[in-house]
Order: sequence, then C-alpha cells, then structure tokens
Amino acid sequence: MTISNENPAVAAGAPPPTKGDVQELIDGVLAAYPAKARKLRSKHVKPNDPSGTDEQCAVKANIKSRPGVMTPRGCAYAGSKGVVWGPVKDMVHLSHGPIGCGQYSWGGRRNYATGTPGIDNFVNFQFTSDFQEKDIVFGGNKKLAKITEEIAGLFPLARGISVQSECPVGLIGDDIEAVAKEQGEALDLPIVPVRCEGFRGVSQSLGHHIANDAIRDFLLGTKEPEVETGPYDVALMGDYNIGGDAWASRRILEDMGLRVIAQWSGDGTMQELASAHRAKLSLLHCYRSMNYICTTLEQEYGIPWEEYNFFGPTKIIESMRRIAEYFDDSIREKTEAAIARYEPYFADVQARYGPRLAGKKVMLLIGGLRPRHTIGAYEDLGMQVIGTGFEFAHKEDYVKTSKELGEAVLIYDDPSSYELEEFTRALKPDLVGAGVKEKYVYHKMGVPFRQMHSWDYSGPYHGVEGFAVFARDMDTTISSPSWDLFTAPWQASQPAPAVAGAGVGSDV
Amino acid sequence: MRNPSMRQIAFYGKGGIGKSTTQQNTMAALAEQGKRIMIVGCDPKADSTRLMLHAKAQTSVLSIAAELGSVEDVELEDVMREGYRGVRCVESGGPEPGVGCAGRGVITSINFLEANGAYEDLDYVTYDVLGDVVCGGFAMPIREKKAQEIYIVTSGEMMAMYAANNIARGVLKYAHREDGVRLGGLICNSRQVDNERELIEELARRLNTQMIHFLPRDNVVQHAELRRMTVLEYDPAASMAQEYRTLATKIDENTMKTIPTPIEMDDLEQLLVDFGMVDSDDGFVAQTKAQELAAKALVG
Repeated sequence: MTISNENPAVAAGAPPPTKGDVQELIDGVLAAYPAKARKLRSKHVKPNDPSGTDEQCAVKANIKSRPGVMTPRGCAYAGSKGVVWGPVKDMVHLSHGPIGCGQYSWGGRRNYATGTPGIDNFVNFQFTSDFQEKDIVFGGNKKLAKITEEIAGLFPLARGISVQSECPVGLIGDDIEAVAKEQGEALDLPIVPVRCEGFRGVSQSLGHHIANDAIRDFLLGTKEPEVETGPYDVALMGDYNIGGDAWASRRILEDMGLRVIAQWSGDGTMQELASAHRAKLSLLHCYRSMNYICTTLEQEYGIPWEEYNFFGPTKIIESMRRIAEYFDDSIREKTEAAIARYEPYFADVQARYGPRLAGKKVMLLIGGLRPRHTIGAYEDLGMQVIGTGFEFAHKEDYVKTSKELGEAVLIYDDPSSYELEEFTRALKPDLVGAGVKEKYVYHKMGVPFRQMHSWDYSGPYHGVEGFAVFARDMDTTISSPSWDLFTAPWQASQPAPAVAGAGVGSDV
Repeated sequence: MRNPSMRQIAFYGKGGIGKSTTQQNTMAALAEQGKRIMIVGCDPKADSTRLMLHAKAQTSVLSIAAELGSVEDVELEDVMREGYRGVRCVESGGPEPGVGCAGRGVITSINFLEANGAYEDLDYVTYDVLGDVVCGGFAMPIREKKAQEIYIVTSGEMMAMYAANNIARGVLKYAHREDGVRLGGLICNSRQVDNERELIEELARRLNTQMIHFLPRDNVVQHAELRRMTVLEYDPAASMAQEYRTLATKIDENTMKTIPTPIEMDDLEQLLVDFGMVDSDDGFVAQTKAQELAAKALVG
C-alpha cells in the first residue's frame, strides 16, 4: 500500500503535523487490517496528547499480540534468564528444559561483567539440563538434583544456582521448589527456583516480575553487606551493564559522593542481591523490569526509591540533582561540582556532533525503557523523536512517555512489522532505532538504523562518557556515505557511458 | 508386511471398570479363532498384558528407554513379548504417580512402535488406555492412523456412565474426518445395578451407538485373574469364556461404527431418574425439606 506524501504529517518544511494529520496516517495504515484486528490495534496506536489526562494520553498496552502479525516480543524465560538473572555474575543460571532456550539465548545480551570465568564470573557460560524425551515422561527432578551436584563439584566457587524454568517444566508439573530446597541444604548453596515458563504472560514483562519475586522470596535480606554501611549507600537498580552502562552510571554516583553497595543486576553478584536491603536509597533506571523489587524494598525495609535517567546531559543533570535531594549538603555540593566538571565535556560533544545531527528525525521501537529514556539524549543533539513505542511496556510507562514528547508525536505499542515499516515509509525518519529483528529490513529500505538493545556492539550509552559514544554512533550511522549508494548503477536514471566493445548482453 | 485389513481398536472406560480384563479375555477369544493380535498397554502401571504373559511385564518401552538413556536406543525385541496363543504384548509404561508426564509417554511409545515396524503381520492391534481421556497424550491412540474403532467399557453405575459420556466427547473430537475414529459400541461389564441392561442400551442409543454385549458378573473372572490368566485359558468350558467368545465374534463382525453424540450432564442424570435408580429432584428436595422441618421440630 502507498501512503500519500501529501499528508502534512510527512511533508518536508511544513508546519508540525497536527493530531488530526497523524490520526489520518494511523487510520490509513491500519486500514489494511480486517475490521476486528483494526479495531483492536487502533487502541494501541495514537498521536501523542501530553496535555491529556493519564487515561487519554496512554495507549493500550501489555496485552497479547494479535495473531497473524509479526511481533518482536520475547517470553517470560527471556525476561527472567535473559534480563534480570543472567547478568548476576557469580551464580550459575541453569536453563532447565530442552536445549534450545539456553543455547539460542547464549551470549545474546551484552551484559558485561568483570572477573575470572569459572571462578567468580559465569556470565559467558551456558548451563542447561538438555531435557530428553525420558525427562519429560519421567520428570526432570532427578536430573536437576544431579546437575546441582555437578555444578557444585565442577565450580566450587559459584555462589549459588538459579533454575530458570523452560515451558515443559511447567507443563509436566515438576516440583523444582522441592529439589531446590533439598539440594540447597545438602550442598549448602542457595538454589533459587524461578517459575519463568515461556508460555506465562504476554511478553518478557511477566518474566521480569517473576524474576523479581524469586529474588524477593529466596535471596533478599539473607545477607549483610561485606562493608560497614554508611549514610550514602545506594543500590543501583535496573541497569544491566549493556556495553558497560552500569559502570558509567556508577561513576556519576561516586562523583556525587555516594557509595554503590549493590548493582542489580549488571556486573552484580549474589551478595549484592542478598544485601541490597541495607542501602539508604534504591536508584531505579529500568522501571519496567525492576520496579517490583524496589516497591518491596520500600514496603518491607522502608527504603525509598527514585527513578533516574542517565542518557544525555539534560536528563543526567536533572537526575543527579533529584537524587542529591535525598542527602545532605555535602552530597549536594559534590553533585554541583561534578556537574560543573561534566558541562564543558557535554558542550564539546554537542559542539562536535550537534551541527551534523541537528534537525534529524528519529523513530524508535525498543523494550520497556529506552523508547522513553533516550528521548532527552536525542534532543540534546538537536534531534527529534517523531515516533516511539515499546515492545512490552505497561500503561504507566506510556503515561510517562507522553509527558516527554510533544503534541501529535506518533506512539505505537507492540507494533507489527507491517505497521512500523509503513510508518517509517510515511514519516521518513533519518534514523530508526529498534532491535535485531528489524535491523536488516531497514537497511534494505535504505534507512539508517541503530540496534538499540545491544547498542549495536558499541556502548556504553549511559553516563557522561556514554553520551559521547551515543552521539558518535548516531552520527556515524546517519552520516555514513553508504546510504547514498542504494541505487545500483544500472538503475540510475543517467545511463552509464557506453563502453566500446561492450556488445552482447550489455543491456542486462 | 503390514496387513491392509488390520483393525486397530482401543478400549476406554472409567478406572477399575475392567478394561484390561475384558480386553485380554476378548483378545484371547479372537486368538482362539486364529487371529494375529498385538496388545499395546497405554497405562503407566503397565498391567494391561498381565493375563497374557502370566506376569506383570518388566520391560515397558519407557522403562527400557530410561535404562538405556533414550528411546532411540530401544530395540523392538527388547519390549515385545509373546503371550497366550502367540498374542504379542507391549507395555508403554510410564512414570510413577505424581511425576513427569504419562501422556507424553504414550505418544513416545506409540511413535516408537510405528517407527520400528511393530505393526507387521497383524489382524488386530488393541490399545488399553487408562481411565479417562485426561489429556492429548491419552488421546494418542485415537488420533490419525491409529485406532479406528473405540469400545467403551462401562457399567450401570453413575460415574462409569459419566466417564463413558466423557470418552465419547474425546472420540467426537477426532471423528470429523472421513477416515476419523468411530465408536464401535459400549461393553456393559455388569455390576448388577438395577435395570442395568436397559440403562446401558438407552445410554448407547443416546450416544448414537449400540450396547455390543452385556457381560454378566461371574466369579470365575476373579479366579482366573488371581492365577494371572484369562478365563479362556483357566477354564475354557466356563460359561463366562463363552460370553467373551460371543463378544469377540460381535466385534469381529461389527459393522456399526458411528460418530458419537455425547449428552449433557443433566440428560445423563435424567436418564438415571427415568430408569428409577434415583428419586426425582423434586422428591429429593421435598424429602430434605421434611427432614429439616422434623429436625427443627425436635430442636423446638
């Protein structure tokens, strides 16, 4: 289908599109669907209305994807093993079930961790119980018990084991809790059963919740910090250290005079999960995947929590000042001093990349945080987010997102590949940021693209130095000369000069 | 070679109704008539072939598979035993109660038998399936290219009839293809309930099938079973042996194979009311009312 270029939502140099223009675009794209699908999807795609009530500005979210469309969503196992538990480095995370889930998620997330492999770092290993037919028929409990013994024998320094349930474990009703308890006592090793069977819930989002609950039920509050606690101790929550993000964030907090006693869970340890209840404040980056445990810490231990955003100067400085408000003047002074040190650096980055990126338009489709949290970083470079959406966010995430964006910006929840492609064709962004499932399609469409889950093998994008990396990457992507080479020579309107002697077959 | 006119039949029914006993006695009778038969036990308890082998089978497909590490390592001769009159016996086996997935075990076993040529040179294959059709695994024997005829063993007891109706539902699910499964009839294994024959004949009519045979209650079955034998082997002259021969002949000559029409629970209850086994609801309510009043009067 074709989208009219006459739509003012699209026309270059025209005044900004109105909500009516964007709604017209949405209706045009959704018109391709059968009536029922169109009606359902129309609740998930809207022009932004930042002035509206929460009810008005949020699109419908966190429901089952429509059958028959391609969605990049994952499953509960992906949310638990891949996101929350996987980065905890000194534990062994067992993919419990048939081989595929563990094997094909192995190394898929760039959660960096320091340490020695096999000693105090198991992040790059893949442990699986590799279920066979007989494990399904007779149950996998004996095998699980044996595996825990083998892990304890082969890796005596592993601090614990998490059992990440794959679908069949739930289907056949294996009592992994009983095995975990019995073997945990026998081996004197924390073994955490996690009921993250992939068929549960509508996306990876429930997996985050289940993983949070398992930490709450089996680890939280079971250990005391290894250092004497102090008044400036904080827990860094919801940063998975993609490309070193958590390290960049931690440096800012340390510059402010705070001490990070727990990193959840990027480059984190079991000790940090078990003792985070002694922090004075939980600092929450990825709200979607760790708000649950922050709420628990607040309710059970009285620890307040604060959301922050360390993408780009504006949000970094705003977040630093907000965090500093929880502490005394010494922290506030150090915070201002740090900001004063960062500002010239930020200005340099902006002076270098701003002129090359100013006015460029971006569309995003990422997980549950970045479609909102990166908006400020793009704006710091003079860029504009003209469409954004999440794979698995909930309503409250869309409410927050709405306030970050201008009127009539296109918002889409769990869009199908068709919708995203059509919106891209119509809105003609200079850059699309989404996942690996989208990446090559957009390359073929000739649209500059960044893989915004793994930072396209780059990073960090969080923190002070992360902003420079972010700006450089957006520039190299958008400014790459390769985008001008999309027309094959034989398709160019200007015929190639005739070459003497080129006779037979020269017209192919 | 696979016999093109080989018939595959399955026996279903409420747990404890006598499926295994009825099946083995009937197959023994067919074996007497010279039929080549294989019995496939689809019950984790692996006791569907005990009367044929004079012992509980020690070599179920799944126990051997567990021992050897995988089902691919199992050979057909490891698991197939010949019993009374050359009847081939295979037990699927399965997990102990409360663990694993017995339904998947049935699927695994039947796939194994098919892949390994267990179906060669046979006139009858029968599947003895545990209790109710609780999940997809226990429906495996009635799915494509497996059993084409189902016999439901029941009695005039309410819960046996209830199970029979539920099984008819399961059969219906797989009946809607030209070569789909069909219901061959109800076998009434008498529990000496009032009006039992009429009741099951009526149930059969409602389910769009027949009561193919009424097996009277006879202690000789118990005597034979204690000796791990079918009645046909233990006491071939017994009148009960003759009943099984009659049933075998009826099954062999059966032409009434239908798509069942399961009924609602209310209709089933009404059936029992109509046959005078329980008082009607109104009578029951009136009775309890009267009792309540009497109790009140006593307290007062």
